[in-house]
Amino acid sequence: MKFTLSWLKDHLDTEASLDTIAETLTRIGLEVEGIADKAAELKPYVVAKVLTAEQHPNADRLRVCTVDAGDGQPLQVVCGAPNARAGMTSVFAPPGTYVPGKNITLAVGHIRGVESRGMLCSGAELGLGDDHDGILDLPGDAPVGQPYAAYAGLDDPVIEINLTPNRPDCTSIHGIARDLAATGIGTLKHGPLPPVRGEGPCPVPVRLVFDPADRNLCPLFALRLVRGVRNGPSPAWMQARLRAIGLRPINALVDITNYMTFDRGRPLHVFDAAKVSGGLQVRRAQAGEAIKALDGRTYALTDDAVVIADGRGVESIAGIIGGEASGCDESTVDVLIESALWDPTNIAQTGRRLGVITDARYRFERGVDPAFTLPGLDMATRLVLDLCGGIPTQPVVAGEPPEVERIIDFPWTEVRRLAGIELSRAEMKVTLETLGFHVAGTGDRVKVLSPSWRPDIEGKADLVEEIIRIAGLDRIEPKPLPRLAAAVAKPVLTVIQRRTRAAKRALASRGLMEAVTWSFIPHDDAVLFGGGGPSLALANPIASDLSDMRPSLVPGLLRAAQRNADRGYPDVALFEVGQCFADDQPEGQTIRAAAVRRATAGHAGSGRHWDGASESVDVFEAKADALALVAALGIPTGGLQVVPGGPAWLHPGRSATLQFGPKNPVGHFGEIHPRVAKALDLKGTLVGFEIVLDALPPPKYRPTKVKPALALSEFQPISRDFAFVVARDVPAGDVVRAAQAAERKLIAGIDVFDIYEGTGIPEGSKSVAIAVRLQPVEKTLTDAEIEAVSARIVAEVSRKTGASLRS
Amino acid sequence: MTDLDTLERDLIAQVEAAADEPALEAVRVAALGKKGSVSDLLKTLGSMTPEERKARGPLINGLRDRVQGALGARREALAEAGLEARLAAERVDVTLPVREAPELGGRIHPISQVIDEITAIFADMGFSVAEGPDIETDELNFTALNFPPGHPAREMHDTFFLAPDRNGQRKVLRTHTSPVQIRTMRAEAPPIRVIIPGRTYRHDSDQTHTPMFHQVEGLVIDRSANIANLKWVLEEFCKAFFEVENVKMRFRPSFFPFTEPSAEVDIQCSRKGGEIRFGEGEDWLEILGCGMVHPNVLRNCGLDPDGIQGFAFGVGIDRIAMLKYGMPDLRPFFEADVRWLDHYGFRPLDVPSLVGGLTG
Repeated sequence: MKFTLSWLKDHLDTEASLDTIAETLTRIGLEVEGIADKAAELKPYVVAKVLTAEQHPNADRLRVCTVDAGDGQPLQVVCGAPNARAGMTSVFAPPGTYVPGKNITLAVGHIRGVESRGMLCSGAELGLGDDHDGILDLPGDAPVGQPYAAYAGLDDPVIEINLTPNRPDCTSIHGIARDLAATGIGTLKHGPLPPVRGEGPCPVPVRLVFDPADRNLCPLFALRLVRGVRNGPSPAWMQARLRAIGLRPINALVDITNYMTFDRGRPLHVFDAAKVSGGLQVRRAQAGEAIKALDGRTYALTDDAVVIADGRGVESIAGIIGGEASGCDESTVDVLIESALWDPTNIAQTGRRLGVITDARYRFERGVDPAFTLPGLDMATRLVLDLCGGIPTQPVVAGEPPEVERIIDFPWTEVRRLAGIELSRAEMKVTLETLGFHVAGTGDRVKVLSPSWRPDIEGKADLVEEIIRIAGLDRIEPKPLPRLAAAVAKPVLTVIQRRTRAAKRALASRGLMEAVTWSFIPHDDAVLFGGGGPSLALANPIASDLSDMRPSLVPGLLRAAQRNADRGYPDVALFEVGQCFADDQPEGQTIRAAAVRRATAGHAGSGRHWDGASESVDVFEAKADALALVAALGIPTGGLQVVPGGPAWLHPGRSATLQFGPKNPVGHFGEIHPRVAKALDLKGTLVGFEIVLDALPPPKYRPTKVKPALALSEFQPISRDFAFVVARDVPAGDVVRAAQAAERKLIAGIDVFDIYEGTGIPEGSKSVAIAVRLQPVEKTLTDAEIEAVSARIVAEVSRKTGASLRS
Repeated sequence: MTDLDTLERDLIAQVEAAADEPALEAVRVAALGKKGSVSDLLKTLGSMTPEERKARGPLINGLRDRVQGALGARREALAEAGLEARLAAERVDVTLPVREAPELGGRIHPISQVIDEITAIFADMGFSVAEGPDIETDELNFTALNFPPGHPAREMHDTFFLAPDRNGQRKVLRTHTSPVQIRTMRAEAPPIRVIIPGRTYRHDSDQTHTPMFHQVEGLVIDRSANIANLKWVLEEFCKAFFEVENVKMRFRPSFFPFTEPSAEVDIQCSRKGGEIRFGEGEDWLEILGCGMVHPNVLRNCGLDPDGIQGFAFGVGIDRIAMLKYGMPDLRPFFEADVRWLDHYGFRPLDVPSLVGGLTG
C-alpha cells in the first residue's frame, strides 16, 4: 500500500516529521517498506529556458541549443529531441547529474564535435512515465531555475507500507490516518459526510440473481446515474497523487474511482450509461461466457465468478475488473456509479484463477467496510459533480448490509493477563475509542462494539492486540519465564532424538560429511529404491526431478556423490540422517541413517599417498560404517546378524541385510548394483549402507546405573590357530559361529586372520584360518585339556560346515 | 719391564684394536679362555711355593682383572657404537605427511549443529523437543491453526499437495512446524514447553527461497505465560544463540492466523563489509514471528482460552544459521558440495553445550 505524505495529511492533522510518522507506522504494525522522495532524487533538475536551437553542423537529427538554467549564463547543450525549439521551457540537468531513466551520470561531452554541457530531459529520462516523444514541454510561465520536482508537485514523499492481510481498513489512507491518530501524533480529519440529494429514481434497474445459498456472494449493490457529465482529464492535483503512487491517470471518471480506492479503501466501478443495455443483473457467470476487460485481456469465465451483466452480456467481473465495452471515456455523458459488497473468498479465488491483480480485488478479498457502501457512493458522486458536473439520480439499492455480531464482553484485566503489562483504563479506553470502537459500561468489564471496517476483530485477544500495538510493544518489560520446578533441569531428548544426534556425530567421526538432501526425489529414483507409489507422489512438484517423497536416503546421496565427482572431487564420503517415507501416514515416516562412499574414500583415507595408495572402496567399508554406527549408539551387537543379500539396489553377491533375528531387519549395506548405477548415470565404485534408526532395539531398562561386576582371571590366556578347508561358498561367519559353539566357557574370542584360495587348496574350496583365544577361569589348562578343546572345535566346525583341518 | 707388564700391554692393545664383537671375543679367548695366556699364568699359581704365590699371585690376578675390565669397557663401547650406527641407519623423514584423521575430516551439517545449539539453550529453559510428520493433514496444517477456508496458503502455488486419498482428502507437506503445536496440545496436558525443529516445505524456489527449509517452533502453554515472558525467552535465546552480551530487539505488531496478538521480531545489527554483527549498528533484520496462541487454536485443542494461555514463536533455522555463520546463500545448504560442507560444516567432536559454549 502506497501513499504520499501530503495525501496522508489530508486525513491527519499533524506536526510530526516524516521520520516520526514512519517510525510510528512500523511500531503499530503498519511496517514501512520504503520511502521514496522524488524531491531528493531529482534535486539537480531545474526548469530552464531554451534560448536558441540551431541545426547541428555534423548531424541531421541533433540540435545545438543554448539554455538558461536560471543563473543567466547561457549553456550550450546538444539535444536530439525532435521537439527542441527556441523559446520553449523544459527541464535541464547539469553535468554530474544521475539520470534514472538511462542509468547514467552526465559528464561534459562532445557530441559529433560540439561541446555539450548537460542535458534537456524527457519525462522518461527522469523516471516519470514512459513518455519518449521528446523533452518536457512546460508552460511558458514555469519559473526558470526552480527545481523541477517542486514545480511539478513531485516533492511529496511516497511511503509504502507492508500491509498484513488482516487490515483491510488500512488499504485506505483514511484508515492509516485513523491508526496514526490513535497514537496521539495527530488528529483524524473528515467527519461523516452529508448524503447526496438525488433527483428522481435511477432509471437502470438492478437485480441480484442468486440461489439462497449464494446470497453472500453479493449482499449489497448500489447504483446511481449521473446525467450530463463532461469527462476529461482529472485535475492536476489528482493526477499528481495518482502518479505518485504508480497509477496512470485515464480520465476524470476513472480517476475518481481510483482515488476513492486509495483514499477511502472503497473500490467503485463506473459504466458509461450509453453503453449499457437495459437493467443490470448481478449473478454467477455462465460457463462459456467471456469478457474483454479494461486491461485489454479477454477472460474466459466459469460459474465460480460473479459478474455484472446487462442485456448484451457480461459487463464487469464483480469486484475485480470492469469490461472495456461499457468503460467511460471522453465521450461519456451519462455515468452509472456502482458501489457494492462482494464475498472476500470468492473474489480471492476468482482473482487467482483468472490471474488478475487489481486494486479493487486487493481490497475486496480482504474485506471492504460494508457500512461505507452508500456513503462511498455519495462521496464518489460528489467528486463527479465537482469535477465533471451533471445531475445525480437517487441510488438504486439491492440487498442489504450483512448483520455481524460485533459486541465483545471485555474485562480490562485481559491486557495484563495476555500481555503482561499494566495500562491505565483511561489509556486503554482512549485507544479503543480513537480507533473507532465504542466502549459501553464502567468497572472491570465493559462491552466493546467494534467498528464496521474491522472484520478482523473477533474477540478479547484482538482487543488486547489493538491496545498494546497502539501503546507500543516496546513498553512491555521482559519477565523471566519461571522454571516449572525448582530443580535441576531434566534431560529432554527422547531415545530416537538421542540416537539421531549420536548417529550424526558417530558417522562424521568416521570421516563422512553430513549432507542434507531434498525430501523429494525423481520418480524413477524412487521406484529403483522401492518407492514411487501414487500415495507419495506430489500433485504439484516444483520441478519434475523433485516429484516423489523419498523411500530411502541413498539415491539422494548417490546423486550428490556423482555431482561432486563431476566437479572434480571423485573421492567423497557422504552421510545423511533424516526422514524417509513408506506411505502418507505418520507411522510410514522413519528416521534413517545412510552413508555412501565413492572411489577411494575409505575410512583410512583416500587417494594416493607415499605410504601406499588407497584401494577402491568395497563392501567392507560400508559394513564397517554400519556396524560402527550401531555400536556407537550403545546397542549390543552380539545379536546382530549379517545375512548375505540385500535389496535390489545392492550387488547381490556383495551386500547383506543387518537384522536382530529374521523378523527384525534394521538395514543393509553393500556395493551399489551396477544396473542402479547405470540408471542413475553414476560412475566409479560406490558402496553404502542404510539403517532405520526407529527399527533398532530400544535400550534395556535398568533400575540402577551400576555396571556388571568385572571378573578378571588370574591365569594366562592362550591362543590356538586352526586352518579349515571349506567349500568356497561357506561363509566365514559360519566357521566362527561353529567354533564358538564348541566351547561356551573357555573361548574368549575368535579372529579370522587368513582367507586363502589357490595352490594347495582343492578347486572350489578355500582355507579359513582362525585364531581362538582361550581364557582359563579356574586353573591353568593342561595340555590334555587344550587338546580336548581343540578336538571339539575341529569336530564342531567339520560337522556344521563340512570343513576339514588343513594339513 | 717384566714379562707380565709386556703381556698386559700387549693384551690391552689387542682389546683396544678389536673392531667388533667377534674380534674382541677372540682376544678374550686368547687371554682368558681355557688355554689363554692369562689363564695359563693363573694355572702356574698352583705349583708355586707359598712365598712365590704371595708375591706373584696379586700380580697375575691384577693382570687378569685389568684385562677383564678392558674387555668389558671395550664391549660397552662397541655396543654403544653399534647402537649409534643402527639409529643412524634407522633415520626416517618425519616431515612426510600423515593421513588426516577421519574424525577431523568428517563434518556435521550447519543445520544439525544449529539445531543442537538451539536445543541446548531451550533445554536450559525447561523446553523439551517435540516432533511430527512431514506429511500432514489439511486439518492439522491449516484448519486447527485457524486458517480460514480459502486462505491463499491453501492454494497449489503455495503448498505442496499429495494425490487425494480415497476419501478425497489431500495430504500436504507441512508448510510450517506449527501442526506439531496442535499434536502436542492434543496429546499432553499443560504445562507445555516444547520446541519443534524440523523440515518444512513451500512451493517457492528463487534466490532466497528453497522448496524445503527448516524451522524451529516454540510453544509454551500454562495458566500465566504472557507476552512479557515471550519477550524474555526470545531475548535470552538470541543472546545465547548469537553469543553476544546484549541484543536489541524490536517487536512489531503483525499478523498470523494462529496467534493473537502477533508480532514480528527484528534484531538490531550492523553490516560492515558484508559481515553482520549483533548488538550494535543501525539496521534491523527480521528474524522471527511470534504471538499469543490464538483462542481458536486453544479451543481446537480442547483447551479453555479463558483459563489456559500461552505463546508460540517460529524461527527459520537455515536463516539464523546464515546470520550466525555468514553463509551468503541458502541453496548450497541442500547441494551437498563437499567444498561447502568442508568450509561451513562443523567438526564431529564440537558438540555444542552450555557448559562448554556453543562454539569453541
